[in-house]
Amino acid sequence: MRRTSISKQYAAIFIFAIAYLCIGWFVHNSYYQLMMTLVLIWAAVGVSWNTLSGYSGMISFGHAAFFGLGGYTTTIAFVTFGITPWIGIPLGVVVGVIAGILIGLPTFRLRGHYFALAMLAYPLAMLYVFEWMGYQEVPLPMKREDPAFYAEFNDPRVYMALALVLLIVCMIVALHVERSRFGMSLMAIKQNEPAASAAGINAWRWKMLAMMLSAAMGAAAGGLYVMVLLVVTPQTMFGALVSAQALIMALFGGVGVFWGPVIGAAVLVPLAETLNAHLGSVLPGIQGVVYGIAIIIITLVAPEGIYWRVRDFLAARQPARVLAPLPASRPIAESINVTPIMAPTDCKPAAKDGKVLLSLDHVTRAFGGLKAVDDVTLGIRAGAIHGIIGPNGAGKTTLFNVVNGFLGADSGSITLAGTELVGLAPHDVCGLGIGRTFQVIRAFPRMSVLENVIVGAFIGAQTDTEAERLAMEALDRVGLAGEQAHATAGGLTTKQLRLMELARALAPRPRLLLLDETLAGLAHDALDDILATLRRINRDGVTIAIIEHTMQAMMKLVDEFSVLDHGKLIASGAPTKVVKDPAVIEAYLGRKWMERAKDSVA
Amino acid sequence: MEALKWFTVDFFQALAAGLLVGGTYGLMCVGLGIIFGVMRVVNFAQGDFMMLGMYVTYYLVTFFGIQTLFGPYVGPIVGATLAGPVVFAVGWLVHKFLLARVTGARVISAEAEGHYTQIIMTLGVALVLANGGLILFGSVPLSVRTPLSSESWEVSLIFFNQARTVAFVLAVIAALGLYAFLTRTNLGKALRAAADNPTAAAYVGINVDRCHRLAFALGVGVTAIAGGLIASSQSFQPYIGFDFVIVMYAGVVLGGMGSILGAFWGGLTIGLVQQMSTLILPYQLQNTAIFVVFLLIVFFRPQGMFGRVWERT
Repeated sequence: MRRTSISKQYAAIFIFAIAYLCIGWFVHNSYYQLMMTLVLIWAAVGVSWNTLSGYSGMISFGHAAFFGLGGYTTTIAFVTFGITPWIGIPLGVVVGVIAGILIGLPTFRLRGHYFALAMLAYPLAMLYVFEWMGYQEVPLPMKREDPAFYAEFNDPRVYMALALVLLIVCMIVALHVERSRFGMSLMAIKQNEPAASAAGINAWRWKMLAMMLSAAMGAAAGGLYVMVLLVVTPQTMFGALVSAQALIMALFGGVGVFWGPVIGAAVLVPLAETLNAHLGSVLPGIQGVVYGIAIIIITLVAPEGIYWRVRDFLAARQPARVLAPLPASRPIAESINVTPIMAPTDCKPAAKDGKVLLSLDHVTRAFGGLKAVDDVTLGIRAGAIHGIIGPNGAGKTTLFNVVNGFLGADSGSITLAGTELVGLAPHDVCGLGIGRTFQVIRAFPRMSVLENVIVGAFIGAQTDTEAERLAMEALDRVGLAGEQAHATAGGLTTKQLRLMELARALAPRPRLLLLDETLAGLAHDALDDILATLRRINRDGVTIAIIEHTMQAMMKLVDEFSVLDHGKLIASGAPTKVVKDPAVIEAYLGRKWMERAKDSVA
Repeated sequence: MEALKWFTVDFFQALAAGLLVGGTYGLMCVGLGIIFGVMRVVNFAQGDFMMLGMYVTYYLVTFFGIQTLFGPYVGPIVGATLAGPVVFAVGWLVHKFLLARVTGARVISAEAEGHYTQIIMTLGVALVLANGGLILFGSVPLSVRTPLSSESWEVSLIFFNQARTVAFVLAVIAALGLYAFLTRTNLGKALRAAADNPTAAAYVGINVDRCHRLAFALGVGVTAIAGGLIASSQSFQPYIGFDFVIVMYAGVVLGGMGSILGAFWGGLTIGLVQQMSTLILPYQLQNTAIFVVFLLIVFFRPQGMFGRVWERT
């Protein structure tokens, strides 16, 4: 997926602005002038919604809260304190952002349905409060002495120009969000939040920033709306239809792209307004019916919005770029230019009897009465490949989850080169130099391979260009560089996905990799390729802890084994020693394995 | 002493009113609870189906002669009960032609993104119903007038509004009937199986899509009956649905999403909260009180009082 450059997008935005202004300037019917202004305002509200919900995937049914607070702050500042809307709107933005923070703080703990429902409750609660405070219908006073100072203009085209400025600002902000680590992180969170946080993304922080930005845009649009209509009522500012409109503009036009709400508003606002003007007296709810039908149709026909439908259609007409599939049997070592990778400075290349890098000390984690990890004490040496084996349900993945911060430890201590990890969030653990992959592959399916890996690189990079460089380097290390880097992750083979996940974990140059059944579901030759890659990564100085069931492969790969059973560590040490341990044979390997192993391993 | 006595009377009066209102809220929540429990779909249009139930009751009672046929006492109750099947049919059609395309066995395993399409679809249905209601029924608030609405039974200084008391009794009977249907009949058991594990249910030969349709129609039908029951003690207009969506979700979440009995208790509690809040808050803010309680529940006990906790890694 290649995208148009930022400068081309800027050009498109300015062409749109000038064209709109030109058309608007020659419209003299005040009704159409108002409609053209409303299109811009609702487009801005849609961009606001998109900035939170479109990118991060947390659907908000409560954007009326920000719109209404912006509008009411502007109104009350004007009516009660005589403050001009030129200051009132920025005040409204401040109030909106504060509300965004106060709403986000508790609400981000919720997911999916619960988040959407909770967001619906905020504006409705505010609506009753404003009604109760006696703001049922507040007109803005006419200021005859100095109209421009109070932002009251006789020429409606001035309002249109102001709305255009607001929308352009929102679009440019959204463009930069989309093209930076901000937007990429939000999209990663949308597609797979656990994977994003394990890859070092501070999900909470990005969501909060998105919420604040979104609230600011919504509040500004609300303030401008009041300026244009000169009257506020709780229903027009906080009503459910306002929240719905915010979402409909974006959904109809295109989710997660800033052109989407603009397209949505340009189609739907004139449609609904025209019908309302002609039929409103006979059919008073026609506007809402149009919006309702619009989203029903769009969810059936183009669930991601018109923009993406058209884009897919155009893309399908162009000759498809065929991606060369990864030759399955080509030895990885030959397929890439092996550039010597600088190991992190404090990490010496493979010393089998080196110092302990990761140390677990009496770590316990229970689910109710079940101790999934029971008093485990083990050390993983710097530079080693450490295999973790055991029967299903032995607590291997739970152990990884406790180390990387998905789960808290009930007791005990985990240190990475002396730094305590217990109590840290997954992205902080990642930031300290622990990468991980998952038993069930957690890719960001809508992103390209390179973008998947860039998301993982952010934590180790100051700038976005550096992140891209780190990502390319990591792809090179696993043999996915070149044309494949631009393929969409959703269409990869299992082997390519495993390698991509490996690259994502490698990108910020971690000291320790936690690999959870990286070899599962692979064909024999693919398995050898990945084993070779793992050995090479290890030679470059990365310590590896790997969970695996394929004993033959593990015997060839690892320097040390730890064996878990029912959450307890039952054996630990060199492979040849561990596989002869009666307890291990009893719990995991079985006697037959012993018979066969006598010949092959000795 | 006198002040304390009157406060005590006010308190018990609010308690009584809360219980009576809460009974119908409970039934409403049971309707929503069935839909969420079986389909795992957040139905934003639930309040608007309830609104539909109110109008159907109103027209049945006043225009189709149910009032004259059954008299002013029994008429509104019969009207509310008949609103159930009418809205059941509407729900059946809405599911068949709209929701079925974005829900059901096909998308049950899809992660979050599939669910968003469903939520948004129901939002569209809600907008069409509410605004279509405005076109069809007008914006003038109505209520189903019965002589019971203004009559009360007095039990030691506490008044029990007769219309609300009758509605409460009926709501409890309807909720119990539904519970019996779900636990005793084969169809009900199939519904619960489809709710518990759609994949496994499909493997043992249960038509999951049909179960969803039945659950949706049943759910909106039950909520419509509850709507018809409160229509005789509360005025309504086509936009009333959005307020009640929050009331219903507050109840369902409080009771634990997916638990039918829990939904009834949840709705009852919400009714109590609404009425008791008038003791300390201005009358206009009683819905704000519900929203605040709803938010508190979602934050501190999202699994509700009766719900199960599940953890996944």
